[in-house]
Amino acid sequence: MRTYLDFEKPIAELESKLAEMKRLAEDNKVDVSAATSSLESSIERLRKEIFENLTRWQRVQLSRHPDRPYTLDYIQLMCDEFIELHGDRQVRDDPAMIGGFARIGDQSMMIIGQQKGRNTKQRQHRNFGMPNPEGYRKALRLMKIAEKFNKPIVTLIDTPGAFPGLEAEERGQGEAIARNLKEMFMLKVPVICIVIGEGASGGALGIAIGDRVLMLENTWYSVISPESCSSILWRSWDYKEEAAEALKLTATDMKENRLVDGIIPEPLGGAHLDHEAMSIIIKRVITETLRDLSTLSPEQRIDQRIEKFCAMGVVIE
Amino acid sequence: MSWFVRKEKGINTPTEMKREAPDGLWYQCPNCKKIMHTREHKLNAYTCAHCNYHDKVGSEAYFELLFDHNEFIELDPELRSGDPLRFIDTKPYPDRIRSTMLKTGLKDAVRAAHGKMNDLDIVVACMDFNFIGGSMGSVVGEKIARAIDHSLAHRQPFLMISRSGGARMMEAGLSLMQMAKTSAKLALLSEAKVPYISLLTDPTTGGVTASYAMLGDFNISEPQALIGFAGPRVIRETIGKDLPKGFQSAEFVLEHGFLDFIVDRKELKDKLTSLLTMLR
Ligand SMILES: [Zn+2]
Repeated sequence: MRTYLDFEKPIAELESKLAEMKRLAEDNKVDVSAATSSLESSIERLRKEIFENLTRWQRVQLSRHPDRPYTLDYIQLMCDEFIELHGDRQVRDDPAMIGGFARIGDQSMMIIGQQKGRNTKQRQHRNFGMPNPEGYRKALRLMKIAEKFNKPIVTLIDTPGAFPGLEAEERGQGEAIARNLKEMFMLKVPVICIVIGEGASGGALGIAIGDRVLMLENTWYSVISPESCSSILWRSWDYKEEAAEALKLTATDMKENRLVDGIIPEPLGGAHLDHEAMSIIIKRVITETLRDLSTLSPEQRIDQRIEKFCAMGVVIE
Repeated sequence: MSWFVRKEKGINTPTEMKREAPDGLWYQCPNCKKIMHTREHKLNAYTCAHCNYHDKVGSEAYFELLFDHNEFIELDPELRSGDPLRFIDTKPYPDRIRSTMLKTGLKDAVRAAHGKMNDLDIVVACMDFNFIGGSMGSVVGEKIARAIDHSLAHRQPFLMISRSGGARMMEAGLSLMQMAKTSAKLALLSEAKVPYISLLTDPTTGGVTASYAMLGDFNISEPQALIGFAGPRVIRETIGKDLPKGFQSAEFVLEHGFLDFIVDRKELKDKLTSLLTMLR
């Protein structure tokens, strides 16, 4: 059973009509191909119209779509081989942050990302994709391993934020993220960061310092979620749409403000409609980007990485 | 014994602060509610003579406290906020900036300066909490970045005094990337082996804690300061129960291993001097 978002309801109606038509035709052995193909093209037209005019809040909804591919889905679909590596060597293994060595063709690389769960049990196990400090420390440990063996790093970002819990504070959530930011700037190997869902604040940035930072078309990346922004600035949870508009948090916005390097297009209707097609696109982007980055020396990459982030921000002299 | 200086006659902690004649103005401690003379309060480095509550002072007070004869050269004092996102919540961001400037006499939530501290060269950046909650926007990030550049160019130790609620929401993604920018500069400072001391004062939370405030060669704090990544309200809502007493206090953070020491503000200048002198 597919999940339809509120703005997808008109599509849902036509799709159920189409299914009904096909079922009737089969039951009664009549040819309705002309009618179904006309309905199918209406659906495509409608979908195109809806998706060409998405509001920022609708993009946020898509980024959280329950059928959207998560980090491990992409790894499974993109990679020829993957060996998951666990633990931060200090406290525990954080299931909200996963990583391991992967092979795509003849290129091996480290892939690291936040992981959300698909059902209630998994969601709890993955802590809704909200890492604890040990998650960030595990990520950094894996990055250092990659650097040691001269393998590029790909991070997949999908988090509603770093976990705001008691133990997280005791174990230094702030310090863990801060250290990652600083260390990632000095990594000698190529680093590609891709926002595949939600990119919430420091919890996202903690694995998002890279030579190329890219966003999938229907994702968001900002300093705070629209809901929390609404509750703080409007003192009410009801202004999430307005907050999403004000935050300029979509891929297009972030690219325009030169806060990310590029946008990866999704299949029409969103990544959740075609996991495989989305994976093929991301795989191609990773392969091509790695090829580009490999023409630079480690020093050039580090210099450019630092320069890029240091140019971010707008001030009046 | 956390710190001492051995002088000719035994051991002294250099805390002498003269008590001078009152000038007629009174200060009431927000913590113990006791009254003291404003002048005495100031001479006491803005700490309460009765309960040692450290008042939430800003750059002006810290500069005067740390720089010899209050002499310093401010770095990029004119830097101001733009409004690249044309952000409007209950009012437009530029209006908020303008009214805060008028109210505080400040240009943004951080000031940076270089000068002498007990004859040692030092670069100090200090946040002002009364400027939109000490929130970190482009100006804060850029001023800190340039202060670190100054430290790097002249190989002078860098002291960052944080007091902030975290990111400035009205600069959204731009604000977030200031965490990256300042961390990049600190990575360079670290490579160059120029000392960086981070002083976390009450309160230091959010993106500031998750970037420059926690990246010192030495992370230090003042007594009782609130230090955390998530704010207490958010954590309370997440876990659905009250927080233990003293949770996220400087003492708690020290106990959990994320601070090198807690320093009484009256001893700050001399203790920093001792530390930096040992590194020379
Ligand atoms: Zn008091």
